[in-house]
Amino acid sequence: MSEKLFPITVTVNGEEYHREVEARLLLSDFLRHDLGLLGTHVGCEHGICGACTIIFDGEPIRSCLIFAVQANGHDIRTVESLGTPENLHPLQQSFHEKHALQCGFCTPGFLMTLVPYLEEHPNPSREEIREAIDGNICRCTGYEKIVEAVQDAAEKLSQKK
Amino acid sequence: MTTGKYFGKSVLRLEDKNMLTGNVKYMDDIEIPGQLHAAFLRSDYAHARILKIDVSEALKRPGVVAIYTAEDFGDFWKPGPLLVPPPTAIDGSQFNARTLVPIAKDKIRYSGEVLAVVIAESRYIAEDAFDDIIIDVDPLPAVVDLEKAWEDTSVLVHDDLPSNMAALVKQEVGSYEEAKKKADVVVSRRMLIEHVAGAAMENRGFIASWDDQNQVMTIWANTQSPLTIRGSVARALNLAESQVHVITPFIGGGFGPKVMTSLSDDVLLPWISLKLKRPIKWMEDRRENFLATTSERDQVHHCEIVLKKDGTILGFKDVFYHNTGAYDSYGMTVPLNTQTHTISNYRVPNFYSEIRMVFTNQMVVTPVRGAGRSEGVFAMERMLDFAAKELGISPVEIRLKNLLKAEELPLNTGVIGQDFVVNILDSGDYLGNYQKCLAEIDYDKFRKEIQPKARAEGKRMGIGMVAFTEGTAVGPYEGCKITVSTSGKVTMATGYSTQGQAHYTVFAQIIADQLNVKIEDVRVVTGDTNLFAWGAGTFASRGAALVGAAAYLAAQKVRAKIFSTASKKLEVPEEEIELCEGSVCVKGQPETSIPLGMLASLANPMRGVVEPGVEPGLEATAYYGPPHGSTGSGAMGVIVSIDEETNKPTIERMVMVDDCGTVINPLVVEGQLQGGISMGIGNTLYERLVYDENGQLLTASFMDYLMPLATDMPEKLEIIHNHAESSLKVNPLGIKGVGEAGAIPPGPAIVQAIEDAFGVAGFEILETNLSPSQIYEYLKKAAK
Repeated sequence: MSEKLFPITVTVNGEEYHREVEARLLLSDFLRHDLGLLGTHVGCEHGICGACTIIFDGEPIRSCLIFAVQANGHDIRTVESLGTPENLHPLQQSFHEKHALQCGFCTPGFLMTLVPYLEEHPNPSREEIREAIDGNICRCTGYEKIVEAVQDAAEKLSQKK
Repeated sequence: MTTGKYFGKSVLRLEDKNMLTGNVKYMDDIEIPGQLHAAFLRSDYAHARILKIDVSEALKRPGVVAIYTAEDFGDFWKPGPLLVPPPTAIDGSQFNARTLVPIAKDKIRYSGEVLAVVIAESRYIAEDAFDDIIIDVDPLPAVVDLEKAWEDTSVLVHDDLPSNMAALVKQEVGSYEEAKKKADVVVSRRMLIEHVAGAAMENRGFIASWDDQNQVMTIWANTQSPLTIRGSVARALNLAESQVHVITPFIGGGFGPKVMTSLSDDVLLPWISLKLKRPIKWMEDRRENFLATTSERDQVHHCEIVLKKDGTILGFKDVFYHNTGAYDSYGMTVPLNTQTHTISNYRVPNFYSEIRMVFTNQMVVTPVRGAGRSEGVFAMERMLDFAAKELGISPVEIRLKNLLKAEELPLNTGVIGQDFVVNILDSGDYLGNYQKCLAEIDYDKFRKEIQPKARAEGKRMGIGMVAFTEGTAVGPYEGCKITVSTSGKVTMATGYSTQGQAHYTVFAQIIADQLNVKIEDVRVVTGDTNLFAWGAGTFASRGAALVGAAAYLAAQKVRAKIFSTASKKLEVPEEEIELCEGSVCVKGQPETSIPLGMLASLANPMRGVVEPGVEPGLEATAYYGPPHGSTGSGAMGVIVSIDEETNKPTIERMVMVDDCGTVINPLVVEGQLQGGISMGIGNTLYERLVYDENGQLLTASFMDYLMPLATDMPEKLEIIHNHAESSLKVNPLGIKGVGEAGAIPPGPAIVQAIEDAFGVAGFEILETNLSPSQIYEYLKKAAK
């Protein structure tokens, strides 16, 4: 009764992967356990918490809500595509400076929601930032410092341009 | 020591950069070669007798390795330990210990209780096998309603008890009945405090890996209690503690429930790993977290307050029902916290409090951030509001009259708390906190200008002003070991585990100042039992105060060793030696400098600097145990507006004044308070675990259990630190805890503000959880 495997080709963080997967394998499990990209976290597996948010063809999506086979031929970016500990992405740097993370579990989801958002909204107001992150749950911070970090990152990013 | 190069400063967290880049391992990131996966088949029934569980078909499924039901564990199956002692310190207390069983046998006592463990090659296959397991049960009526369960003995959660009473604890200070005789006013109400989840973003997980060659059990668990697990696994499997190594990875939030042990995972998986000689991994899913990981609140209070005409409190009485769930392994921590916090910031000369702890067919109740304190503060604050209305005075006036002043502390309240010692309110300026909060929010301006103007425009706006305390930093003790390595880097290891509280940074701040090293050179290791194996666990806002104090004491011991070793090597008296950054030298002679790393290698009889037989190395262990907890305090002001059409409250402004003693890192403290506040807001306006009459949890997902989101936070949130210096410092650094403070006052502050916004006679909110439709129901009641 072993499950049938399907070949897929997925580009993740610029690298092309060829794998065979079960039809029912969640994209989140594929990224984490098949590709070993552990930065994408799984908080609820029903699409509400936003911890598993990744960028799929440029758009933030919940990787727990689609199957790996649906990613066949698509382009994915995970938190590993941003900065490194030695060279943080400006948004990561702002999260650090503003204390916008505590346990850090939801953080990759926030980052991957916000990276494309800031590309489209380079100068958001506090209210707009709150709306932008309203689909991501953080139990630790009360969101205040995340909003501050996003404002700070928007400034940093606009100076870079 | 109140400030140093690092201490007292908003040092950015050392742990952040790896966390931000996905470069740390959380529980589900741990993979052990050869691991099998466990899945727990959980009961859909809340209360039932088990007739038969047939796993024979499920075992035939390819990839399924083993399936266990209660019978398969033989003599290993037994009820777990009582994790917190019974309240024998309180005269006349009655406590029926019925501790958690690792897997249901004969009887199911809550929906979500484990019936079978499937071990398979993958989690997907393990869950597939559930479909093939046949369960035959005889359903029983469920015990759900607390007050009914206390009286009604027709359905019993534990058949061997005469009733559903888990505990009955009465405490009295002075004489409430005598006070009532002298009172001008008596006000009584019944109030509900709703059931809420800890809901850390990371679910629980557990890996047990038995190494048969080395006879060692290695455990990875995202627990607040690694040392409890080490001890219980060793006892259960008849191993020495040294054969059990518990490692806590990075943990995605705790908030209380991760303190619980003696659950199916930490009891059964080590046994299975030993039997199969394979690593076994289990990762909880969100539904399991909602159904079976512990939760809190859920009390019904019958309160009475008696006062003089001028608003002076003469006495307070509170008989409250507390839901402990199906088992009471975690003792009475939560309701005892409620008992102490009911009268912990006002002058209440006569107090009677009675805990009626009830068994129900619901998940087990253990502390969640706030942990009983929120309930006690809610009860008192609400009763003051009702009393003020009765007396025709403002809610502010009644508080100003009765709040304890700085000079009245320390105060022995006479109420025994969760740590089984009498509650001492050690220090603080409770009245001052409140006055400061009034000034910051500009209460008078709101009353005289903002609110009348809003009303004139047909808008509903209201203000709420409450006070609170947070009992923190209870004993018995914590400890740590500090070692200067030959590289000059310093390692601090503690048995305390960390879930995002910035321990890697704040403990390093304390140590770096004492040893005069760069903070980046201090590595803090938490919750690895092979590196440090003494302590109690992460709970009750005690890490910074207890482990912080131990770190300070251990660092001072290491500092003494540095001076004595350097004195010997440099052949000068200790008084002539100074610590420079990362090195020691003779004062004023930098050319004599010895790097700390080199000194560490010299501190060894092999090198001749330390006498043979003397403890070598630049390392030291220290423990700290406070005589009693230390109490943080504060006040909160909230301004809300209410949507005319939907009744949805919006928090326009929130001001919190908090005194958590000496602050190690202001940025971290602010983060703790903001996070706590969001939880308090969630608990008040959105979050609610709803059980139906059959004991079914109706809100077992984030679709039904509403978490506070960014747009639910106050439009404007201000936090003011108001540290009252005191001669009584419970611990050497004057630190108090702050982890739960934020979660405590939002409830009473918000409901007071909502009532004020409507300003309708008879409109009274008698519960913590308030949806717009519930507000509508209360309004309908008031109109009658």
